[in-house]
Amino acid sequence: MTTIINQALDQASRPTGDGGRRGFRPGVTLSVLLIAFLVVAAIDPRLLTSQSPYAVNLAESFKSPALGHIFGTDQSGRDVYTRIIYGTRQSLLIGIGATAIAMGLAIFLGLLAGLSGRFVDGLVNRFLEVLFAFPGLLLALLFVAAFGLGASTEIIAVGIGSAPGYARMVRGQILAVKGSPYVEAARALGHPPNRIVRQHIFPNAMRPLVAMAAMGIGQSIVWASALSFLGLGVPPPAPEWGAMLDAGRNFVTQAWWLEVFPGLAIVTCALSVTTIGRYLRRRFEGETG
Amino acid sequence: MSSPPDGTALSPDRTALSPDRTALSAPASSAVAGAPRARRTLRLRWRQQRGWLVWLKRLIGAIGVLWAAATLTFIVQQLMPGSPALTILSGGATKPTQAQIMAVDQTYGFNKPVIIQYLTFIGHLAQGNLGTSYLQHQAVSTIIAQQTWPTLELTIVSLVLSWIIAVVFTITTAKRGRPVSAIGSGIEIVAAGLPQYWLGIILLVAFAIELKWFPVEGGGGLSSLVLPSLTMAIPLAGFIGQVTRDEFAKVLDQPFITSARARGMGDTEVRLRHALRHAVLPGITLSGWALGSLFSSAVVVEAVFAREGLGQVLTNAVAGQDMPVVVGVTLLVALVYVVANLLVDAAYVLVDPEIRLA
Repeated sequence: MTTIINQALDQASRPTGDGGRRGFRPGVTLSVLLIAFLVVAAIDPRLLTSQSPYAVNLAESFKSPALGHIFGTDQSGRDVYTRIIYGTRQSLLIGIGATAIAMGLAIFLGLLAGLSGRFVDGLVNRFLEVLFAFPGLLLALLFVAAFGLGASTEIIAVGIGSAPGYARMVRGQILAVKGSPYVEAARALGHPPNRIVRQHIFPNAMRPLVAMAAMGIGQSIVWASALSFLGLGVPPPAPEWGAMLDAGRNFVTQAWWLEVFPGLAIVTCALSVTTIGRYLRRRFEGETG
Repeated sequence: MSSPPDGTALSPDRTALSPDRTALSAPASSAVAGAPRARRTLRLRWRQQRGWLVWLKRLIGAIGVLWAAATLTFIVQQLMPGSPALTILSGGATKPTQAQIMAVDQTYGFNKPVIIQYLTFIGHLAQGNLGTSYLQHQAVSTIIAQQTWPTLELTIVSLVLSWIIAVVFTITTAKRGRPVSAIGSGIEIVAAGLPQYWLGIILLVAFAIELKWFPVEGGGGLSSLVLPSLTMAIPLAGFIGQVTRDEFAKVLDQPFITSARARGMGDTEVRLRHALRHAVLPGITLSGWALGSLFSSAVVVEAVFAREGLGQVLTNAVAGQDMPVVVGVTLLVALVYVVANLLVDAAYVLVDPEIRLA
């Protein structure tokens, strides 16, 4: 699924719009600030809130957003803002972990396909095509069904679910670099194939992946939260964003803030990471092309 | 590692990239590579004659993908830790005895060799038999058949709706000067990135709970379909819009657009009659994927709106590790995905007669 999405994003972000403009970018600056805030929250949440994410206070339950509780309180009187801040670490770790797994698998499959002969390439391609027949969350759900619920299954499931898209991209990238004039030049100069792969193909094919990985983290956070939202990820008492959404679902008619703010955290986080990723990619493209 | 300098060594790889697009890319890539004209016309003629063969190959390819997908689900089931017999017996109050487990193994055939289990599984699938649910003790095909319509309805309405939103949005905002275009594509990017579970909740809170325009729970009837299908359509419209916008902008720079304008055709007519047709092509390719992905986002949307459907069935089955149901729904979606992509290839030929295959 990600390939097509990325193709769409690819097409959308290419020169037609603000392609190669440099200078001050309010969107990127804002994204960097937001991510910096979330990183602080992930490293030490106590710097940003004085309350406890687990402190139950029934007298304070279902308070709508006000000065004391800027995002309101939940059914047990726990502060929603505090829980979001404390949930940052787990949500970010799940996103990063899943992306790392996806990228690892993708690089392995992509290299295998791009550097081996036609037969292996065809085989890997067929395999990816089969994986694409399980769109979106399906592959992840299949995995969760087989291996049970929990944070680690969630990470692996999302990682496996998003790997095929990246694998296809890595493969395309390697083929493109393989056919580029400088690799041909290196070949004409008589450099051994090993050296060509190490010095030219690998580094140049991997460079755009840095930006892809950044965007992938955003996507992974969204997917992992979807699993938690369905009650198939991190179990409820943990202050994880998706799990908070799931827990607040039963109270949506009386306390909208239980759903709106954790969701807002997911969306702004994912959007910021994606914006930074797109910016990075544009920079890389500017340098190479 | 030696390769001819004209880069033809790459083309077999490129063909392998997407067999269904070969027919499309072949003329373009051979033109780029500067292939002799004679060879190109020969290849074109071959393709015209054997058009039906191309479709037969695609059909076989599609069946191959489905078979491999089924095999994959079987492997996942085999890798599953713990015995499925325990899941089947978990409904009872007491801890199952060894005799009970053996009895279940006997009925479900878990004690047979793996290869026999596999062949039985594939054989049953070929006859449309998806097995029996571990938890509901009912045929999986019956469970699925009962719940297919609500999901199908939701998916189709969403797909149509997202196309309408995307096309209207593109026509009104693409190539209207920098600020409008920038805002337009910005909205599309944000829309495409919205997670359905959150968008659904926002729509639910705003239009069902606060404004009370629509029912909170999806009980049936047209009014309960509006919010769920909007939830699925808006992010998808964002994706389709990004692709059509790009094509739209490109097409509007083409000479035939200039000549249409020179003939005195108005801007709206140019956009509707000439540009749109070209701009929707890449969007159509996306629709095959979109149908599959809509099915899987229905899982989330049905949960948000407490709607009945395959999504609910799948969520419950995953939570209860009811593998036959999980595999059944998964394979059904894979089937929809594969068939949709075949149809997309056919639709391509209809919209762009130049690439007619048969």
